[in-house]
Amino acid sequence: MTIRPDPTFHASPKLAMEAPPENFAYTLLLSPDFSKPDALAVIDVKPGSSTYSQIVHTVTMPNKGDEFHHFGWNACSSSLSPLSGHAFLERRYLIIPGIRSSRIYIVDTKPDPTQAKIHKIIEPEEIFRKTGYSRPHTIHCGPDGIYVSTLGGGGKDGTDGPPGVFIMDCESFEVLGRWEIDRGPQTMHYDFWWNLPRDYMVTSEWALPPQFENGIVPEDLLSNKYGHRVHFWDLRARKNVQTIDLGANHQMALEVRPAHDPAREHGFLGVVVDTTNLEGSIWTWWREGGRFHIEKTATIPPEAASKEQLPPLLQGFGAVPPLVTDIDLSMDDRFLYVSCWGTGEMRQYDVSDPRKPKLAGSVHIGGIVRRTPHPNGQKYAGGPQMVEISRDGKRVYWTNSLYSTWDDQFYPAGMPGAEVMANAGPDGGLELARDYWVGFPDGYRAHQIRLDGGDCSTDSFCYPSA
Amino acid sequence: MNAADWTVAGLWLAVIASGLYHGVNPGMGWPLAVSAGLMEKSSRALLMALWPLWAGHLLALLLVMLPFALLVSLVEWQRQIQVAASLLVIGFGVFRLLNQRHPRVLARIRPTQLGLWSFAVAIAHGAGLMLVPIYLGLCQAADLDAGHVAAARLINTNLGMAVLVSVAHSAAMIAAGGLAAWLVYRYLGLKFVSRSWFNLDAVWAASLIAVGIIALVISLADGSHGQAGA
Repeated sequence: MTIRPDPTFHASPKLAMEAPPENFAYTLLLSPDFSKPDALAVIDVKPGSSTYSQIVHTVTMPNKGDEFHHFGWNACSSSLSPLSGHAFLERRYLIIPGIRSSRIYIVDTKPDPTQAKIHKIIEPEEIFRKTGYSRPHTIHCGPDGIYVSTLGGGGKDGTDGPPGVFIMDCESFEVLGRWEIDRGPQTMHYDFWWNLPRDYMVTSEWALPPQFENGIVPEDLLSNKYGHRVHFWDLRARKNVQTIDLGANHQMALEVRPAHDPAREHGFLGVVVDTTNLEGSIWTWWREGGRFHIEKTATIPPEAASKEQLPPLLQGFGAVPPLVTDIDLSMDDRFLYVSCWGTGEMRQYDVSDPRKPKLAGSVHIGGIVRRTPHPNGQKYAGGPQMVEISRDGKRVYWTNSLYSTWDDQFYPAGMPGAEVMANAGPDGGLELARDYWVGFPDGYRAHQIRLDGGDCSTDSFCYPSA
Repeated sequence: MNAADWTVAGLWLAVIASGLYHGVNPGMGWPLAVSAGLMEKSSRALLMALWPLWAGHLLALLLVMLPFALLVSLVEWQRQIQVAASLLVIGFGVFRLLNQRHPRVLARIRPTQLGLWSFAVAIAHGAGLMLVPIYLGLCQAADLDAGHVAAARLINTNLGMAVLVSVAHSAAMIAAGGLAAWLVYRYLGLKFVSRSWFNLDAVWAASLIAVGIIALVISLADGSHGQAGA
């Protein structure tokens, strides 16, 4: 509890962009064969620093096999909500779920990121007992606590009941219980985000645990059994108000990225693969007249490849799919970054007109077939995956791993962890920074990145930029 | 003006001052009016948001004060009621001081339900309770003027006083809050929202305790005078 609001809380996206740039990048490290405990790496991103682009601190967990994936803050700019009347939390604790173990770590980043340490551990049993959910995933700081999406329901394989969202207290980190009152037809889960003043939430679908934990199940994918719907919810009423099916061929609707400016009632959704033509796609959703609408607004084609260039999983197709595994929207809602993890490309779309994305920049690195090295000469395995944008929109960071077992199927030759950064031009254009290359300890892969002071996929705002 | 008039003037000043204090406190809702203005890009939307904020606050005050309006009509119990009311306010202040968590139910109120929000926030923070000792003082002053009148008329007088106090306080509250909202919307910019926001929870709780203690001391002192005179 503080006397003044945390200086990293911003009333509007515009104020967040004008704030001082990030000094540290927190990156999750996972041990893909579960032989070592997962960890949180703190990376120095301050230009000119003697330890620039190096790990300056590591928080190693006391358990093995957690499988770190996504994480988030205990509090963000949403704490300035005029409704909560309570702006005195601190952006201080990182909430890090293990999607395999269902354990949640609370890491304290004060007094300094280089002294970050474990504050609390929530054991899986508490989550099972209080929510009936398992495999916690996305974290957002919301109006009545920390919201956590899950990928699994109850039972050993997580299929006893549908997965959903639960709430944690933002000070004591006590698990409070399920969020949904009426889930409607929702049976799968992945990402979620919202528009707080407009009072709605959007959720997406990946798969149920048996469809991802031991690797992608090709038969399920080809019979379109992965998630392909998007759900819209009344946030305060905790009720599903509309479900839209994208069409069964649009397999795996993952990241949900609403406009940061709450006056704008649109957002974006990435779909990994279209099973009819291997395309990846970007969808734009918007609300009009109280109803939600969504349409496919950009597609990314597969690239032809010979059988011997492809892993066994893809050999039957003679092509490499782009695999849109992550998207991220800049703070000014102008540029959408799209990771093509299969083809090894980071795309930058100008989405000033949200329903007409225009390709504005592109960088090739890695890829199943292209295997483009970093401009500094380093070999980059995997493709661009988890992407994070600095608040000012000038720097775009990303890592290379998707998910332990899936990495092995698409990139069987192995995938040492890597994190790179590209500079974005003020009116588009993207270029990899030669001097930013984070090497990780042997045996670790890197997943999501969080920037100190907030970034483009954590902070939600209650006032428009106008 | 004699001493009694000064007391009455002082009490009315307290009604207005507490209204201004509640109004400038961001926790009582002026940032919501800023948000409404910015979201709709219209200063009219800002002004329209002030109405439900005012109505909710007023209703919360009346709800707390009206039971006391009926109670203080029992003239022979007036002192006990004043002491009990003071203890209640002190008790609530201590509770707020020890438990500064916000009731979770507030987070379930929709952004469109400004009136309900304002009502719930005022109740949860004891905005009406803070006024009760001041109100009881005003009733007592009015009763002294009126002398011994019929109980029915006394109730009417006290009810009228409750409405008057609530309207005056909430008018001061919305004037101060409205001015803050307008300045931020028109001139100061959103940065002022986070800059001007101080954690007043402890100060607020202390205000409740202070008002309660002052009222308690006065009513006990009055009581001993009364007994000495009898």
